[in-house]
Parts: sequence; structure tokens; C-alpha cells
Amino acid sequence: MKLKKNLALYIGVGIVAILLFLMIISLFYTPYDANKMVIAERFQAPSIKHWLGTDNFGRDILSRIMEGSQTAFYVGTVSVLIALIGGIIIGALAGYMGGWVDEVVMRIIDALMAFPSILLALVFIAVFGVSTQNTMLAIGIRSIPTFARIARSGFIQYKEFEFVKAAKAIGAGPFRIMFIHILPNVMSSLIIAASMGFATAVLAEAGLSYLGLGVQPPHPSWGRMLNEAQGYLMKAPWYTFAPGTVITMSVLGFNLLGDGIRDMCDTRK
Amino acid sequence: MKNKIFIYCMIACMSLMIATGCSSSDPSESKSQETVEKTPVEGGNVVMMIEQDMDSLDPHIAASAGTKEVVFNIFEGLVKPDEKGELYPAVAERYEISDDGRTYTFTLRKGIKFHNGDAVTVEDITYSLDRVMGLTTGKPLQSGFEKVEKIETADDKTIIIKLKELDASLLTNLTVAILPKKNEGHFKDQPIGTGPFEFVSYAPEQNIIIKKYKDYWKKGIPHVDEVEFRIIPDREAALLSFRAGEIDIFPRLPNDRVEELGGQFTTVNGEQNMVQLMAMNNKRKPFDDIRVRKAMNYAVDVDEVINAVAFGYGAKLGSNMSPVMAKYHQEGLESVYDVNIEKAKGLLKEAGYENGFKTKIAIPSNYPFHVDTGQVIVEQLKKVGIDAQIELVEWGVWLERVYNNRDYDMTILSLTGKLDPYNILVRYQSDYSKNFMNYNNKEYDEIIKTAIKTNDDKKRVLLYKEAQKKLTEDAAAVYIMDPQFTVAMNKNISGYKMYPIYIQDMSSIYYTK
Repeated sequence: MKLKKNLALYIGVGIVAILLFLMIISLFYTPYDANKMVIAERFQAPSIKHWLGTDNFGRDILSRIMEGSQTAFYVGTVSVLIALIGGIIIGALAGYMGGWVDEVVMRIIDALMAFPSILLALVFIAVFGVSTQNTMLAIGIRSIPTFARIARSGFIQYKEFEFVKAAKAIGAGPFRIMFIHILPNVMSSLIIAASMGFATAVLAEAGLSYLGLGVQPPHPSWGRMLNEAQGYLMKAPWYTFAPGTVITMSVLGFNLLGDGIRDMCDTRK
Repeated sequence: MKNKIFIYCMIACMSLMIATGCSSSDPSESKSQETVEKTPVEGGNVVMMIEQDMDSLDPHIAASAGTKEVVFNIFEGLVKPDEKGELYPAVAERYEISDDGRTYTFTLRKGIKFHNGDAVTVEDITYSLDRVMGLTTGKPLQSGFEKVEKIETADDKTIIIKLKELDASLLTNLTVAILPKKNEGHFKDQPIGTGPFEFVSYAPEQNIIIKKYKDYWKKGIPHVDEVEFRIIPDREAALLSFRAGEIDIFPRLPNDRVEELGGQFTTVNGEQNMVQLMAMNNKRKPFDDIRVRKAMNYAVDVDEVINAVAFGYGAKLGSNMSPVMAKYHQEGLESVYDVNIEKAKGLLKEAGYENGFKTKIAIPSNYPFHVDTGQVIVEQLKKVGIDAQIELVEWGVWLERVYNNRDYDMTILSLTGKLDPYNILVRYQSDYSKNFMNYNNKEYDEIIKTAIKTNDDKKRVLLYKEAQKKLTEDAAAVYIMDPQFTVAMNKNISGYKMYPIYIQDMSSIYYTK
């Protein structure tokens, strides 16, 4: 019943499914070699041969978008996992333990949140060097605070519940209580945050690659493509259009998905 | 919820519109068209776009090419280069070089005055030269004067420069600005020179304005009353204001952008005496092996790079000398290493890299031109089994790591042109401080050291040609191209002169009606 009205969820799932499908296909097949340059065929407008046209080196844009989706999903997944695991551990400790642990940990998180996130990522990359791994770490670490806060509020809320007290009375240890009894209850709000976080991570990767600090050329990355395309905005508008659209769509898709899941889980309606 | 979706859709639609709406430019060919001869008129103001801010208005201290191209209009040296790169007397009226090449005698130009109205005296000249050469302070402000022994004045219009030993490139270095001694302490804020334009104002990160100097020693120039160099670091923004007519001259337009402008602008283009090359660290494995370096040269298809990255607007190079330096350029070297994949593979096999190797190309990230070149080369190297990874490096880090500490495998860069071939080729001398390629060849060193001491022009030219051949034989680097640059101008402007060095000469510019 609730599902029927949940348009956001449908659209979100639809977009994410399409992108995921594109990514999975690209693992086995792309129309052309994504790095193959055919100078004679550069700046071709979209056609039957090249669905999304070709770029300034005559590379097939569709193939590059498809390969780029691997980068986006890879970076998105790993960095969200880093943020999720880090966030749960920190949030659980702070929320369940309370007291001075909570105070100290949360003030550090607050301090971390006070930094503009892109600046934090830039500093991280400047110090540790440019590579895909460091990009993922940078994006992951800077999203830890968001997850930690959500996890903490969940743990504070649930630790007063009867079932927790019951578990304690039987003699369960704090780690068992934290991760087996409370965590599954907090998970739903964390999944929503993860979905949104995925969108942010894709955008952050695109942003860093756009600045030349993420994935290194010639490996396809949506942000990098956008950077290269901007010089040819007038000459080959389709080149900008393709990565611009997939970035917009993936951000839109994951945000809608997050919204949809939240609505679905919202029992108040 | 519905509202939210609506907003998302709106954003998506708007980004679509932005992406597609700008595609109205006409792709029909509108290459450089010669303007119909119109009658020149005197006067008028010109706005020229420049990308970089000034680093100092003191011409002896300014180091960046972006500053030098502007202050060229304000200051002059004893001699001055013309658009062919040849030197003619400026502050000096004439000069003589003794037979042994160690005594230079300059005669001060009659009646020449600084912008403030004071006559130029021999004291001003000795003061300026002394300041820049650091003869009394021991701290030279610019290099190139190490061989000067002393400067003397014979009378109130004769200056004699004596050298410890022969230095054939001294004259080129004597283009350094002559400044009024009286102005000491105000070189930075109130620059005064003898050039065709005088300084009016400078607003950091905004503009620098110069106006016509009415008492300029050469009659008839400059033609325009005032020139504003407007500092616009963002090329796209600059291009937009150029199209809107706010800027009259747009120097160094990327060649692929020319056709966007359409027919309402004049363009001139030519080589810029630059050498774009892929440097290989000659000291580091595997590039310490000449066979590997040769293989790299055979593997890289320079024509394809020129076509792909510069849209064909570039002169192919085979050694470290641009064809603009016609007198010194050794012809034929550009075809020594024509693409030959088989030969490259053979050489790699001989060197013990039958299955190729992994390497890194460190490229300064602020030069999309070099980054693009790198992408093309990476693909080309795959054909011989070399797996090269591009590593984008921030400019400051690049300078520190690659240029100063020589910690790199390969890099792509451009070496800017110099008037004198010595200054270009000395970069490869093994003990030269900025020989970051780590090129080391005793014979080469010998050639360069002999050339600078050779007074006979013809012999010297031959030596410099010999040096270029050596670089090619040793495959010191992969020489790519001298990219052409295009200057776009308002249709009513004529008289632009292209120089083989990085300067903008505003004195020849005039409006037509």
C-alpha cells in the first residue's frame, strides 16, 4: 500500500538499476576500446556508429562513460563502506558508552565537520599523493562524521529499550549488545544515509577528478571527462552533455532512492 | 515529496539547457583573413588581455615571462631585439666589438631622454649595468654576465665593457633595461625607462596601463595613445569578454578555438620559438640506456601528437631548436626518428626490455596541452609494450620535484625560446645547474664551451648545429613540436608583430579606418 504512492523510490530504483546495468555490462563489453584514439574521427556528433559521439581524441564517449561508471561505483562503494564502518564504530562507542567518551569523540567529530569537506579531501590528497585509493580514503574519511552522528543518536535511543536491558540482564557483553542487538535497529537510517552518501561520493570523485586530483588520465572518469570537455563546449556540446548527464542522474538516482527508502520505513504515515 | 521531485526535474532540465543552448556557434571555416587595406589612423586606446599578474615592475628583478612581455614596452637596453630576433642599437646609437671580441664600445644615443624628461647619461648606464651584473654588490640580479670584467666610461657618451674571456652571447644579454639612477628606490612603484611607452598605473590583479611616450627617439612610433594590459587569469572569461568587444587583442588563443570566433576578428599565427618535449631522466633506469631512449623516439608518433593536440598547428622538431631560429636551426633532424614500431621493439629487446616496462610521466596539471600530449603518447607507447602511467603534478610540486630535484622518470614540458642559441643549448651541458634531463656527453659539453668562445659567426653557427645533431643522435629526449600560437584582434587593428621571444610589442600597433 505504502509502496504504491512511493514515486521517489520507483524512480530512484529505476535510475540506479540502469546505471548499475551499464556498469555491469561494461565489465564484459564496451562498444569500443575506451582508450583507443582515432584522431581522424574526433568531434563526431552522436550517430548510429557512436551513440554519444566522440571526444577530442576520437575516443568513443559511450564506451568511456560506461568504463567511467566502474570508477564511479568503485569509488562510491568503497568510500561509503569506509564511512559506514568508521561511522558505526565511532557512533556506537560514543552512543552506547556515553559520558566522557561521548563528549571527547563527538567534539572531535564536530571539529572534523567544521572543515569544508572538499578542503579536507584536497589536503589529504596533497599530503598523501594523487591516486584512486587516496581519493576513496579522502572521500570516505570526510563522510565519517555524518554516519557517526546518525549511529550515535540511534544507539542513545535504543540502549534504554527493554530488550537491551534484558540482554544485559542475561549477561551479554557490551560488544554483543552493541553490534548484535542494537545495530540492526539502527541500520535502516544508516542505509538511507549510505544511499545519499553514495551520491555525495560520486559527486566528490567527479569534483576531484575534475580538478585533476582524482583518477589519472587517460583512465575514464566522469569528472575528468567533464574537465576535458569544457574546452570544447562550443565545438562539441555533446561531449559535455554526456558526463554531465550521468553525474546528474546518478546523484539524483541515489538521493531519490534514499528518500524512497525513508518514506517506506516511515511508520508514521 | 512531489515538490522535491519537481525540483530535481527542474535542475536536470536546466542543466540540459545550459549544455545544449550554447551550441549555436557557426562551425563554417573562418580562418585568418587578411584585412582589406584600410587607411591607418594615429591615436586610440588598445586593451590587451594577459593571463598573469606582474611579479615585479622592476625590470631587473622581474623573472616571469608574463611580466617581461609587458615591460618590454617601457624599458630598453643598450640594444634591443626586433621581430626577427636580431639586435639593433637602442639606448646606444652604435657599438663596436674589438677584434679579439673582448672589448665592447657603445656610444650613447644623442638626445635620448627618460620618460621623466631627464637626458640619459653614461652614469645611468653604468649604474644600471652595475646593478644588474652585481659588479660592486657581488650579487648579480640576472645571470649571463659572469664574464664581464669591468665597465668603463671614456667620455660623456662612450661606455666600454671589458670581458675576462670571450662571450658570444653577451650582446643578447645587454638588452637589459637602462634605468635612471635618480629613480633609485622607486623602480617598483614608479618605473621609468626609455621605451616607446611610459608607465601610467598598475592595479594588482586588475591591469597595468601605459601611454605613448611623445619624445621617443624613434620617430613615428608608437601609434596608439594608451594601452591597457588587462589581467584575466580565466581563459574562458577572457574569451567571452573578447567576443563582447571589451578586449581588443587576445594573445595566445588556443588553435582549436579560432574557428569559434567567426569572421569578425583578425588573426595572425606563427611559431613561438618554444620546444615541447618529453624529457626522460637520462640517469635513471631504463632511460640511462641509449637504446631505450631511441626506442622511445621511434615509438612516439610526433605527427599524430601535433595533429591531435595542436590541431596541426605546430612545427615538428627533431632537436632542441625551433625553426624560428632559422639561422641556427639544423634541418632534417625531425625525420631521423620516423615512427617505426618494429625498430623500437628491436631496440627494447636488445636493451633487455623485451616485454616492455612500467614507467611514469609526471605532467604539470595546469597545462592541459601537455596533459593531452601525454594521453596520446601513453596510447602510442602501448604498441611497443611500454606501460606509461600519467601522474598529474601541481605546478609548484613539479618545479620542486622534477625541475630542481630531478626526481622523475619522464615529464612533458615546453622550454621557452631565447634569443641566443647558447642560452637554449646550454641546458644540456652536463654541469649546468638546470640540466634536469641529466644529459651527459663530454663531446657535447666541449662543443657548447667552444661555441661561446668563438667569435667567428659562421663557425659558431656550425657548432650550434653540431650540438643539435648530438642531441638527436643521443636521443636525449623525445622532441615534439614548436606549437604555433594565434593572436586574435579586433578587425580595426593592424601592425601586430610576432617575435621569436615571449614579448608583446605595442609600438607597431595602429588602428585603421
